[in-house]
Amino acid sequence: MADPMKIRATLQGDTADVRILMRHPMETGTRKTSSGVVPLHFIQSVVVQHNGKTVLDAQWSQAISQNPFLGVRVKGAKVGDKISVTWTDNKGDKRTDEVAVSAGS
Amino acid sequence: MEKMRSIGLALGAVALFAMAAPAMSQGNDLSVGRKMLVEDNPGDLWIDIGKELFYQKRGPKKASLEQCDFGLGAGKLEGAAARMPRYFADTDRVEDLESRLLTCMTRLQGFDRKGLVKQAISRPRSKGSDIEALALYITSRSNGMKVNVTLSHQKEYDMYKAGEYLFYRRSGQTDFGCVQCHGEPDKRIRLQDLINMTSKAGAQEVASTWPAYRGAHYVVRTMQWRLNDCVWQMRLPDLEYGTDYSIALTTFLNHRGNDAVMQVPGFKR
Repeated sequence: MADPMKIRATLQGDTADVRILMRHPMETGTRKTSSGVVPLHFIQSVVVQHNGKTVLDAQWSQAISQNPFLGVRVKGAKVGDKISVTWTDNKGDKRTDEVAVSAGS
Repeated sequence: MEKMRSIGLALGAVALFAMAAPAMSQGNDLSVGRKMLVEDNPGDLWIDIGKELFYQKRGPKKASLEQCDFGLGAGKLEGAAARMPRYFADTDRVEDLESRLLTCMTRLQGFDRKGLVKQAISRPRSKGSDIEALALYITSRSNGMKVNVTLSHQKEYDMYKAGEYLFYRRSGQTDFGCVQCHGEPDKRIRLQDLINMTSKAGAQEVASTWPAYRGAHYVVRTMQWRLNDCVWQMRLPDLEYGTDYSIALTTFLNHRGNDAVMQVPGFKR
């Protein structure tokens, strides 16, 4: 069960400043509790799309922190453009969220 | 030889600069980093979780919290948290946000108080507790408003006075009081700069930034947790969740922090 992301996309000039917060335990596979080692559980891939076109395809490791933050700048974006973010973790869990680019200050 | 000397000089300059830097920017570097963190605060993720919990029908009585009165009328949340702790006639005591939540969750939803208290402070790296998310959602509805804790009721005034006493009181095996860490500017525990709560600005920071995302714990923490941790650090007996001791200190600090603009979730290291 994947939790929703928080995405902000604001236009600055011709570039969209995209800021993404994800909620994920990002277990390193080395943490121990009284009931033994907590198994690996981390986001493996993050794909950012701009109007359906992939602009970022990242492969992550367990070295990324819990509840990760990702900032991306998308060139050539316009107000109202769709920015979608999809992550997939090593257990096959998936989450996609989408926002429209808003005008910056 | 000439070259060697100039390198030596350059190194000397670097070393000098490195030595001068910490003295120059004490506190500043920390606040710069903190500012960067606040902009994209993972704590934001818990606001929606709290909202969902608030409107969901939960507990043995299958009720939502919409009938809960946080001081401005049932279900009225705008600005309610900024005025807490306050006196509630139905329980005849002063309650902070979290003890009020306990009251409503037991009375309206029929939850067992003991069970709630046991889970109120979540474990680090967990998904957080219901009360933490609820407290954050309710407090976030006061964002942008000014803290305004009045002492118009006698019991509110008594709580404030008790809090003032406890703040300055030294007790326990190490003879510790809040004031020893939080009574002077520019004090630190390792890299954590301590807030001077005897100053207006310090008290305002306390009153306006909780609940906050605690970076190293990966969960949202509340004022009750902060006090619990302080009490533990002072090696006093464990602070029970939502007791008068905590409400007194919260009343004292929040009243002193009046007029601060609420901005939650805060971000703590």
